[in-house]
Amino acid sequence: MSTAPTIVLNARALERTVARMADEIVEQADGTESLVLVGIQRRGVQLAERVAKVIAAREQVTVPRGALDITLYRDDLQTVGPRPIVGKTDIPCAIDGKTVCIVDDVLYTGRTIRAALDELADFGRPARIMLAVLVDRGGRELPIHADVVGRTVDVPRGGRVDVGVVEIDGCDEVTLVLAGEAT
Amino acid sequence: MSAPLGKDLLGLEHLSAGQITLILDTAEPLREISERAIKKVPTLRGATVVNLFFEASTRTRISFEFAEKRLSADTVNVATAASSVTKGETLVDTAKNLEAMRIDMVVIRHGSSGAARFLAERIESNVINAGDGTHEHPTQGLLDLLTLRQRFGTLEGKRVCIVGDVLHSRVARSNIWGLTKLGAEVAVCGPRSLLPSAIADFGVQVFDRVEQAIEWADALNVLRLQLERMTAGYIPSLREYNRVFGVTRERLDRAPRDLLIMHPGPMNRGVEIDSEVADGPHSVILDQVTNGVAVRMAVLYLLAGNAPALAEAAKGGNR
Repeated sequence: MSTAPTIVLNARALERTVARMADEIVEQADGTESLVLVGIQRRGVQLAERVAKVIAAREQVTVPRGALDITLYRDDLQTVGPRPIVGKTDIPCAIDGKTVCIVDDVLYTGRTIRAALDELADFGRPARIMLAVLVDRGGRELPIHADVVGRTVDVPRGGRVDVGVVEIDGCDEVTLVLAGEAT
Repeated sequence: MSAPLGKDLLGLEHLSAGQITLILDTAEPLREISERAIKKVPTLRGATVVNLFFEASTRTRISFEFAEKRLSADTVNVATAASSVTKGETLVDTAKNLEAMRIDMVVIRHGSSGAARFLAERIESNVINAGDGTHEHPTQGLLDLLTLRQRFGTLEGKRVCIVGDVLHSRVARSNIWGLTKLGAEVAVCGPRSLLPSAIADFGVQVFDRVEQAIEWADALNVLRLQLERMTAGYIPSLREYNRVFGVTRERLDRAPRDLLIMHPGPMNRGVEIDSEVADGPHSVILDQVTNGVAVRMAVLYLLAGNAPALAEAAKGGNR
Protein backbone atom coordinates (compact mmCIF):
# COMPACT_ATOMS: atom_id res chain seq x y z
CA MET A 1 0.00 0.00 0.00
CA SER A 2 1.35 3.39 -0.92
CA THR A 3 1.58 6.13 1.65
CA ALA A 4 0.61 9.75 1.14
CA PRO A 5 3.30 12.28 0.20
CA THR A 6 4.99 14.11 3.09
CA ILE A 7 4.20 17.77 3.43
CA VAL A 8 7.47 19.70 3.70
CA LEU A 9 5.90 23.16 3.86
CA ASN A 10 2.25 24.05 4.19
CA ALA A 11 0.86 27.40 3.10
CA ARG A 12 1.73 29.22 6.35
CA ALA A 13 5.22 27.77 6.50
CA LEU A 14 5.80 28.59 2.85
CA GLU A 15 4.82 32.20 3.49
CA ARG A 16 7.28 32.46 6.39
CA THR A 17 10.03 30.83 4.36
CA VAL A 18 9.53 33.21 1.43
CA ALA A 19 9.60 36.16 3.85
CA ARG A 20 12.92 35.02 5.26
CA MET A 21 14.28 34.44 1.75
CA ALA A 22 13.28 37.99 0.82
CA ASP A 23 15.21 39.34 3.82
CA GLU A 24 18.27 37.30 2.93
CA ILE A 25 18.14 38.41 -0.70
CA VAL A 26 18.07 42.08 0.29
CA GLU A 27 20.81 41.51 2.84
CA GLN A 28 23.10 39.72 0.40
CA ALA A 29 22.37 42.22 -2.39
CA ASP A 30 23.35 45.09 -0.08
CA GLY A 31 19.91 46.66 -0.32
CA THR A 32 17.41 47.00 -3.10
CA GLU A 33 18.98 49.76 -5.14
CA SER A 34 20.34 47.68 -7.99
CA LEU A 35 18.31 44.53 -7.33
CA VAL A 36 16.31 42.87 -10.11
CA LEU A 37 14.30 39.69 -9.42
CA VAL A 38 13.99 37.21 -12.26
CA GLY A 39 11.68 34.24 -11.80
CA ILE A 40 12.05 31.09 -13.86
CA GLN A 41 8.94 29.82 -15.65
CA ARG A 42 6.85 28.41 -14.18
CA ARG A 43 6.40 28.78 -10.39
CA GLY A 44 9.69 30.65 -10.05
CA VAL A 45 7.81 33.60 -11.52
CA GLN A 46 5.13 33.41 -8.84
CA LEU A 47 7.72 32.99 -6.10
CA ALA A 48 9.60 36.06 -7.37
CA GLU A 49 6.31 37.93 -7.19
CA ARG A 50 5.91 36.91 -3.51
CA VAL A 51 9.47 37.91 -2.71
CA ALA A 52 8.85 41.30 -4.35
CA LYS A 53 5.72 41.77 -2.22
CA VAL A 54 7.62 41.10 0.98
CA ILE A 55 10.38 43.50 -0.07
CA ALA A 56 7.78 46.15 -0.97
CA ALA A 57 6.19 45.81 2.48
CA ARG A 58 9.46 45.99 4.40
CA GLU A 59 11.51 48.38 2.33
CA GLN A 60 8.80 50.49 0.67
CA VAL A 61 10.35 49.96 -2.76
CA THR A 62 9.15 48.17 -5.84
CA VAL A 63 11.92 45.94 -7.09
CA PRO A 64 11.81 45.35 -10.85
CA ARG A 65 11.09 41.75 -11.71
CA GLY A 66 11.06 39.69 -14.85
CA ALA A 67 10.30 36.23 -16.10
CA LEU A 68 12.67 33.85 -17.82
CA ASP A 69 11.63 30.84 -19.88
CA ILE A 70 14.69 28.68 -20.42
CA THR A 71 13.15 26.14 -22.81
CA LEU A 72 15.09 27.39 -25.85
CA TYR A 73 18.35 27.12 -23.87
CA ARG A 74 17.87 23.57 -22.61
CA ASP A 75 20.72 21.14 -23.22
CA ASP A 76 18.42 18.16 -23.73
CA LEU A 77 16.18 19.40 -26.56
CA GLN A 78 17.52 16.73 -28.91
CA THR A 79 16.42 13.95 -26.56
CA VAL A 80 13.26 14.99 -24.74
CA GLY A 81 10.81 13.84 -27.40
CA PRO A 82 7.89 16.14 -28.22
CA ARG A 83 8.96 19.74 -28.10
CA PRO A 84 8.37 21.38 -24.71
CA ILE A 85 5.95 24.30 -24.63
CA VAL A 86 7.76 27.63 -24.79
CA GLY A 87 6.74 30.13 -22.13
CA LYS A 88 7.06 33.86 -21.94
CA THR A 89 10.34 35.62 -21.30
CA ASP A 90 10.03 39.20 -20.12
CA ILE A 91 13.01 41.12 -18.82
CA PRO A 92 11.53 44.55 -18.10
CA CYS A 93 14.69 46.61 -17.71
CA ALA A 94 18.35 46.70 -18.67
CA ILE A 95 20.30 44.33 -16.43
CA ASP A 96 23.78 45.72 -17.11
CA GLY A 97 25.52 46.48 -13.84
CA LYS A 98 22.55 45.24 -11.79
CA THR A 99 22.36 42.57 -9.12
CA VAL A 100 20.09 39.98 -10.67
CA CYS A 101 18.53 37.44 -8.35
CA ILE A 102 17.24 34.34 -10.13
CA VAL A 103 14.29 32.82 -8.26
CA ASP A 104 13.22 29.22 -8.81
CA ASP A 105 11.17 26.63 -7.00
CA VAL A 106 13.43 23.57 -6.83
CA LEU A 107 17.18 23.32 -7.34
CA TYR A 108 18.13 19.80 -8.46
CA THR A 109 20.63 19.03 -11.23
CA GLY A 110 21.48 22.68 -11.81
CA ARG A 111 20.84 22.40 -15.55
CA THR A 112 17.92 24.84 -15.50
CA ILE A 113 20.12 27.42 -13.78
CA ARG A 114 22.91 26.82 -16.31
CA ALA A 115 20.40 27.58 -19.07
CA ALA A 116 19.13 30.64 -17.19
CA LEU A 117 22.67 32.00 -16.83
CA ASP A 118 23.22 31.60 -20.57
CA GLU A 119 19.94 33.32 -21.36
CA LEU A 120 20.61 36.22 -18.97
CA ALA A 121 23.98 36.75 -20.64
CA ASP A 122 22.08 37.46 -23.88
CA PHE A 123 20.27 40.32 -22.15
CA GLY A 124 23.32 42.04 -20.71
CA ARG A 125 26.11 41.87 -18.19
CA PRO A 126 24.87 42.11 -14.60
CA ALA A 127 27.36 43.12 -11.92
CA ARG A 128 26.31 40.00 -10.06
CA ILE A 129 23.89 37.13 -10.44
CA MET A 130 22.47 35.47 -7.31
CA LEU A 131 20.31 32.39 -6.99
CA ALA A 132 17.42 31.96 -4.56
CA VAL A 133 15.47 28.70 -4.44
CA LEU A 134 12.57 27.60 -2.30
CA VAL A 135 13.86 24.03 -2.08
CA ASP A 136 17.35 22.63 -2.56
CA ARG A 137 16.96 18.90 -3.03
CA GLY A 138 20.59 18.04 -3.82
CA GLY A 139 21.67 15.90 -6.78
CA ARG A 140 23.70 18.50 -8.65
CA GLU A 141 25.16 17.58 -12.03
CA LEU A 142 26.86 20.96 -12.53
CA PRO A 143 28.95 23.19 -10.25
CA ILE A 144 26.08 25.44 -9.21
CA HIS A 145 24.95 26.45 -5.74
CA ALA A 146 22.20 28.63 -4.36
CA ASP A 147 22.89 31.81 -2.36
CA VAL A 148 19.53 31.77 -0.62
CA VAL A 149 17.73 28.51 0.20
CA GLY A 150 14.25 28.22 1.66
CA ARG A 151 14.50 24.62 2.75
CA THR A 152 16.98 21.82 2.15
CA VAL A 153 15.29 18.48 1.57
CA ASP A 154 16.96 15.10 1.47
CA VAL A 155 15.26 13.19 -1.31
CA PRO A 156 15.75 9.41 -1.38
CA ARG A 157 16.40 7.75 -4.75
CA GLY A 158 13.35 7.84 -7.01
CA GLY A 159 11.63 10.52 -4.98
CA ARG A 160 10.81 14.05 -5.97
CA VAL A 161 9.78 17.40 -4.52
CA ASP A 162 6.58 19.04 -5.76
CA VAL A 163 6.06 22.75 -5.26
CA GLY A 164 2.55 24.06 -5.60
CA VAL A 165 1.65 27.73 -5.79
CA VAL A 166 -1.89 28.96 -5.48
CA GLU A 167 -1.83 30.78 -8.86
CA ILE A 168 -1.11 27.58 -10.80
CA ASP A 169 -1.92 24.65 -8.53
CA GLY A 170 -4.70 26.00 -6.36
CA CYS A 171 -2.74 25.87 -3.12
CA ASP A 172 0.65 26.78 -1.66
CA GLU A 173 2.42 23.61 -0.63
CA VAL A 174 5.73 21.79 -0.85
CA THR A 175 5.53 18.00 -0.73
CA LEU A 176 8.04 15.17 -0.80
CA VAL A 177 6.84 12.32 -2.97
CA LEU A 178 8.68 9.03 -2.49
CA ALA A 179 9.06 6.37 -5.18
CA GLY A 180 5.83 4.46 -5.61
CA GLU A 181 3.73 7.00 -3.77
CA ALA A 182 0.55 8.30 -5.31
CA THR A 183 0.23 12.04 -5.84
CA MET B 1 -2.00 18.59 -24.84
CA SER B 2 -2.12 18.94 -28.60
CA ALA B 3 -0.64 16.46 -31.02
CA PRO B 4 2.90 17.16 -32.17
CA LEU B 5 3.40 18.27 -35.75
CA GLY B 6 5.20 15.31 -37.24
CA LYS B 7 8.04 15.53 -39.73
CA ASP B 8 6.91 18.20 -42.19
CA LEU B 9 4.75 21.27 -42.61
CA LEU B 10 3.18 20.95 -46.04
CA GLY B 11 -0.10 22.80 -45.61
CA LEU B 12 -2.82 23.71 -43.16
CA GLU B 13 -5.43 21.45 -44.79
CA HIS B 14 -4.32 18.37 -42.89
CA LEU B 15 -3.49 20.00 -39.57
CA SER B 16 -5.92 19.88 -36.66
CA ALA B 17 -7.12 23.00 -34.86
CA GLY B 18 -4.98 21.82 -31.92
CA GLN B 19 -1.83 21.62 -34.04
CA ILE B 20 -2.43 25.07 -35.51
CA THR B 21 -3.03 26.48 -32.03
CA LEU B 22 0.20 24.85 -30.81
CA ILE B 23 2.15 26.67 -33.55
CA LEU B 24 0.48 30.01 -32.74
CA ASP B 25 0.99 29.54 -28.98
CA THR B 26 4.66 28.77 -29.60
CA ALA B 27 5.10 31.75 -31.93
CA GLU B 28 3.68 34.17 -29.35
CA PRO B 29 6.60 34.03 -26.86
CA LEU B 30 9.14 33.78 -29.69
CA ARG B 31 8.29 37.31 -30.84
CA GLU B 32 10.23 38.60 -27.84
CA ILE B 33 13.53 37.21 -29.14
CA SER B 34 13.49 39.63 -32.07
CA GLU B 35 13.20 42.53 -29.59
CA ARG B 36 16.39 41.62 -27.71
CA ALA B 37 19.74 43.31 -28.20
CA ILE B 38 21.17 39.86 -28.98
CA LYS B 39 18.50 38.42 -31.26
CA LYS B 40 19.55 34.82 -30.98
CA VAL B 41 18.82 31.72 -28.93
CA PRO B 42 20.91 28.51 -29.14
CA THR B 43 17.98 26.16 -29.80
CA LEU B 44 18.91 24.90 -33.28
CA ARG B 45 22.66 25.08 -32.85
CA GLY B 46 24.31 22.59 -35.17
CA ALA B 47 21.25 22.10 -37.38
CA THR B 48 21.61 22.88 -41.08
CA VAL B 49 18.69 24.33 -42.99
CA VAL B 50 18.59 24.69 -46.75
CA ASN B 51 16.32 27.31 -48.27
CA LEU B 52 15.54 25.82 -51.67
CA PHE B 53 13.80 28.48 -53.73
CA PHE B 54 12.69 27.57 -57.24
CA GLU B 55 10.65 30.77 -57.49
CA ALA B 56 11.52 34.37 -56.83
CA SER B 57 10.81 35.48 -53.28
CA THR B 58 12.25 38.23 -51.17
CA ARG B 59 10.05 38.54 -48.13
CA THR B 60 9.42 34.87 -47.43
CA ARG B 61 13.03 33.84 -47.96
CA ILE B 62 14.40 36.63 -45.79
CA SER B 63 11.82 35.91 -43.13
CA PHE B 64 12.77 32.22 -43.05
CA GLU B 65 16.44 33.14 -42.98
CA PHE B 66 15.97 35.47 -40.00
CA ALA B 67 13.95 32.78 -38.23
CA GLU B 68 16.66 30.18 -38.83
CA LYS B 69 19.49 32.48 -37.77
CA ARG B 70 17.69 33.66 -34.63
CA LEU B 71 17.43 30.00 -33.60
CA SER B 72 21.19 29.56 -34.34
CA ALA B 73 20.74 27.16 -37.27
CA ASP B 74 23.25 27.20 -40.11
CA THR B 75 21.57 28.20 -43.33
CA VAL B 76 22.30 27.79 -47.00
CA ASN B 77 20.29 29.50 -49.70
CA VAL B 78 19.86 27.76 -53.01
CA ALA B 79 18.22 29.82 -55.72
CA THR B 80 17.46 28.11 -58.99
CA ALA B 81 19.05 30.64 -61.29
CA ALA B 82 22.47 29.90 -59.78
CA SER B 83 22.15 26.14 -59.22
CA SER B 84 22.35 22.84 -61.07
CA VAL B 85 18.61 23.03 -61.58
CA THR B 86 19.32 25.14 -64.62
CA LYS B 87 21.42 22.22 -65.90
CA GLY B 88 18.38 19.94 -65.76
CA GLU B 89 18.84 18.28 -62.37
CA THR B 90 15.57 17.01 -60.93
CA LEU B 91 14.10 18.26 -57.68
CA VAL B 92 14.77 14.95 -55.91
CA ASP B 93 18.35 14.75 -57.20
CA THR B 94 19.01 18.25 -55.94
CA ALA B 95 17.58 17.39 -52.52
CA LYS B 96 19.34 14.01 -52.29
CA ASN B 97 22.64 15.71 -53.04
CA LEU B 98 21.97 18.24 -50.32
CA GLU B 99 21.08 15.42 -47.94
CA ALA B 100 24.33 13.67 -48.77
CA MET B 101 25.99 16.75 -47.30
CA ARG B 102 24.05 16.05 -44.07
CA ILE B 103 21.38 18.68 -43.83
CA ASP B 104 18.50 18.61 -41.35
CA MET B 105 15.70 20.68 -42.84
CA VAL B 106 14.61 21.96 -46.24
CA VAL B 107 12.44 25.01 -46.80
CA ILE B 108 11.07 24.76 -50.32
CA ARG B 109 9.33 27.23 -52.60
CA HIS B 110 8.30 25.76 -55.93
CA GLY B 111 6.04 26.68 -58.84
CA SER B 112 4.34 23.28 -58.94
CA SER B 113 1.50 22.43 -56.58
CA GLY B 114 2.45 19.38 -54.53
CA ALA B 115 6.21 19.85 -54.90
CA ALA B 116 6.72 20.09 -51.12
CA ARG B 117 4.86 16.84 -50.46
CA PHE B 118 6.66 15.12 -53.33
CA LEU B 119 9.96 16.07 -51.74
CA ALA B 120 8.89 15.29 -48.16
CA GLU B 121 8.00 11.73 -49.12
CA ARG B 122 11.43 11.16 -50.62
CA ILE B 123 13.90 12.66 -48.19
CA GLU B 124 14.51 12.19 -44.49
CA SER B 125 14.97 15.84 -43.64
CA ASN B 126 12.11 17.91 -42.31
CA VAL B 127 10.39 19.75 -45.16
CA ILE B 128 8.66 23.10 -44.77
CA ASN B 129 6.48 24.32 -47.61
CA ALA B 130 7.22 27.98 -48.37
CA GLY B 131 4.67 28.03 -51.19
CA ASP B 132 3.95 25.39 -53.82
CA GLY B 133 2.20 26.49 -56.99
CA THR B 134 -1.39 27.48 -56.28
CA HIS B 135 -1.70 24.87 -53.51
CA GLU B 136 -0.66 26.25 -50.11
CA HIS B 137 1.61 28.70 -48.33
CA PRO B 138 1.15 27.48 -44.77
CA THR B 139 3.48 29.84 -42.92
CA GLN B 140 1.76 32.82 -44.55
CA GLY B 141 -1.59 31.40 -43.43
CA LEU B 142 -0.22 30.93 -39.91
CA LEU B 143 1.16 34.45 -39.65
CA ASP B 144 -2.19 35.81 -40.82
CA LEU B 145 -3.93 33.74 -38.13
CA LEU B 146 -1.49 34.97 -35.48
CA THR B 147 -2.00 38.60 -36.50
CA LEU B 148 -5.78 38.24 -36.36
CA ARG B 149 -5.68 36.38 -33.06
CA GLN B 150 -3.55 39.09 -31.47
CA ARG B 151 -6.02 41.76 -32.49
CA PHE B 152 -9.24 39.86 -31.84
CA GLY B 153 -8.18 37.61 -28.94
CA THR B 154 -9.93 34.70 -30.63
CA LEU B 155 -10.88 33.80 -34.19
CA GLU B 156 -14.11 32.13 -33.09
CA GLY B 157 -17.00 33.77 -34.94
CA LYS B 158 -14.82 36.48 -36.53
CA ARG B 159 -15.55 37.32 -40.14
CA VAL B 160 -12.64 37.42 -42.54
CA CYS B 161 -13.00 38.18 -46.23
CA ILE B 162 -10.24 37.38 -48.71
CA VAL B 163 -10.35 39.89 -51.55
CA GLY B 164 -8.84 39.42 -54.99
CA ASP B 165 -7.28 36.70 -57.08
CA VAL B 166 -8.35 33.68 -55.03
CA LEU B 167 -8.05 31.39 -58.07
CA HIS B 168 -4.27 31.57 -58.26
CA SER B 169 -3.61 32.19 -54.58
CA ARG B 170 -1.96 29.65 -52.30
CA VAL B 171 -2.20 32.28 -49.58
CA ALA B 172 -5.99 32.23 -49.95
CA ARG B 173 -6.11 28.44 -49.67
CA SER B 174 -3.97 28.28 -46.54
CA ASN B 175 -6.03 31.09 -45.03
CA ILE B 176 -9.33 29.39 -45.76
CA TRP B 177 -8.19 26.10 -44.20
CA GLY B 178 -6.67 27.76 -41.14
CA LEU B 179 -9.45 30.25 -40.49
CA THR B 180 -12.27 27.72 -40.78
CA LYS B 181 -10.46 25.26 -38.50
CA LEU B 182 -10.12 27.94 -35.83
CA GLY B 183 -13.79 28.81 -36.03
CA ALA B 184 -13.77 31.99 -38.12
CA GLU B 185 -16.35 32.71 -40.80
CA VAL B 186 -14.69 33.10 -44.17
CA ALA B 187 -15.78 34.83 -47.37
CA VAL B 188 -14.08 35.58 -50.65
CA CYS B 189 -14.63 38.53 -52.94
CA GLY B 190 -13.31 39.11 -56.44
CA PRO B 191 -14.17 38.96 -60.11
CA ARG B 192 -15.77 35.61 -60.94
CA SER B 193 -12.96 35.03 -63.43
CA LEU B 194 -10.52 35.00 -60.48
CA LEU B 195 -12.54 32.79 -58.12
CA PRO B 196 -12.29 28.98 -58.32
CA SER B 197 -15.46 27.53 -59.88
CA ALA B 198 -15.80 25.09 -56.97
CA ILE B 199 -15.32 27.82 -54.34
CA ALA B 200 -18.53 26.80 -52.56
CA ASP B 201 -16.91 23.45 -51.69
CA PHE B 202 -14.57 25.32 -49.36
CA GLY B 203 -17.60 26.32 -47.28
CA VAL B 204 -17.07 30.04 -47.77
CA GLN B 205 -19.40 32.86 -48.72
CA VAL B 206 -18.90 34.67 -51.99
CA PHE B 207 -19.33 38.41 -52.48
CA ASP B 208 -19.37 39.86 -55.97
CA ARG B 209 -19.05 43.42 -54.73
CA VAL B 210 -16.31 44.62 -52.42
CA GLU B 211 -18.82 46.95 -50.71
CA GLN B 212 -20.77 43.91 -49.52
CA ALA B 213 -17.58 42.32 -48.22
CA ILE B 214 -16.68 45.49 -46.32
CA GLU B 215 -20.13 45.66 -44.78
CA TRP B 216 -19.94 42.03 -43.65
CA ALA B 217 -16.35 41.56 -42.47
CA ASP B 218 -14.27 42.21 -39.34
CA ALA B 219 -11.07 41.91 -41.37
CA LEU B 220 -10.08 41.99 -45.01
CA ASN B 221 -7.14 40.02 -46.35
CA VAL B 222 -6.36 41.81 -49.61
CA LEU B 223 -4.46 39.64 -52.08
CA ARG B 224 -1.85 40.83 -54.50
CA LEU B 225 -3.14 41.09 -58.05
CA GLN B 226 -0.53 39.43 -60.24
CA LEU B 227 -0.05 41.95 -63.01
CA GLU B 228 0.24 39.20 -65.60
CA ARG B 229 -3.41 38.32 -64.97
CA MET B 230 -4.35 41.31 -67.07
CA THR B 231 -2.40 40.19 -70.13
CA ALA B 232 -3.86 36.70 -69.65
CA GLY B 233 -7.35 38.19 -69.98
CA TYR B 234 -8.70 37.57 -66.46
CA ILE B 235 -9.43 41.25 -65.92
CA PRO B 236 -9.97 44.06 -68.42
CA SER B 237 -7.46 46.53 -66.90
CA LEU B 238 -5.78 47.44 -63.63
CA ARG B 239 -7.72 50.67 -63.44
CA GLU B 240 -10.98 48.82 -63.96
CA TYR B 241 -9.99 46.35 -61.24
CA ASN B 242 -9.22 49.17 -58.82
CA ARG B 243 -12.50 50.89 -59.64
CA VAL B 244 -14.57 47.78 -58.83
CA PHE B 245 -12.51 45.80 -56.29
CA GLY B 246 -9.94 48.24 -54.92
CA VAL B 247 -9.96 48.64 -51.14
CA THR B 248 -10.16 52.41 -50.79
CA ARG B 249 -10.57 54.91 -47.97
CA GLU B 250 -13.98 55.99 -49.33
CA ARG B 251 -15.28 52.43 -49.29
CA LEU B 252 -13.97 51.75 -45.78
CA ASP B 253 -15.44 55.00 -44.47
CA ARG B 254 -18.88 53.61 -45.21
CA ALA B 255 -18.24 50.42 -43.22
CA PRO B 256 -20.40 49.87 -40.13
CA ARG B 257 -17.27 49.06 -38.06
CA ASP B 258 -13.49 49.39 -38.23
CA LEU B 259 -11.96 46.65 -40.32
CA LEU B 260 -8.51 45.19 -39.90
CA ILE B 261 -6.64 45.37 -43.17
CA MET B 262 -4.14 42.67 -44.09
CA HIS B 263 -2.06 42.09 -47.20
CA PRO B 264 0.53 39.34 -47.76
CA GLY B 265 2.69 41.64 -49.91
CA PRO B 266 4.17 42.80 -52.10
CA MET B 267 1.45 45.40 -52.59
CA ASN B 268 0.35 47.02 -55.83
CA ARG B 269 -0.58 50.38 -54.34
CA GLY B 270 -3.45 51.92 -56.23
CA VAL B 271 -4.55 48.59 -57.70
CA GLU B 272 -5.91 46.17 -55.07
CA ILE B 273 -5.28 48.54 -52.17
CA ASP B 274 -4.92 52.31 -51.85
CA SER B 275 -1.93 53.80 -50.07
CA GLU B 276 -4.18 55.59 -47.59
CA VAL B 277 -5.57 52.23 -46.50
CA ALA B 278 -2.27 50.34 -46.56
CA ASP B 279 -0.66 52.98 -44.33
CA GLY B 280 -3.82 53.72 -42.36
CA PRO B 281 -4.59 53.17 -38.69
CA HIS B 282 -6.33 49.83 -39.24
CA SER B 283 -3.61 48.30 -41.37
CA VAL B 284 -1.76 45.42 -39.71
CA ILE B 285 0.39 44.72 -42.75
CA LEU B 286 3.70 45.34 -40.98
CA ASP B 287 2.54 43.33 -37.94
CA GLN B 288 2.08 40.45 -40.37
CA VAL B 289 5.71 40.78 -41.42
CA THR B 290 6.91 40.84 -37.79
CA ASN B 291 4.73 37.85 -36.95
CA GLY B 292 6.10 36.01 -39.98
CA VAL B 293 9.51 35.63 -38.36
CA ALA B 294 7.99 34.38 -35.08
CA VAL B 295 5.69 31.88 -36.81
CA ARG B 296 8.57 30.48 -38.87
CA MET B 297 10.71 30.20 -35.74
CA ALA B 298 7.87 28.28 -34.10
CA VAL B 299 7.57 25.88 -37.05
CA LEU B 300 11.34 25.30 -37.17
CA TYR B 301 11.41 24.70 -33.41
CA LEU B 302 8.47 22.31 -33.42
CA LEU B 303 9.63 20.28 -36.43
CA ALA B 304 13.35 20.05 -35.67
CA GLY B 305 14.33 16.70 -34.27
CA ASN B 306 10.87 15.33 -34.97
CA ALA B 307 12.03 13.44 -38.01
CA PRO B 308 13.12 9.88 -37.19
CA ALA B 309 9.94 7.79 -36.96
CA LEU B 310 8.12 9.46 -39.80
CA ALA B 311 11.22 9.55 -41.94
CA GLU B 312 11.51 5.78 -41.53
CA ALA B 313 7.92 5.37 -42.63
CA ALA B 314 8.45 7.65 -45.61
CA LYS B 315 11.51 5.70 -46.68
CA GLY B 316 9.70 2.38 -46.32
CA GLY B 317 6.81 3.60 -48.43
CA ASN B 318 9.18 4.63 -51.14
CA ARG B 319 10.82 1.25 -51.66
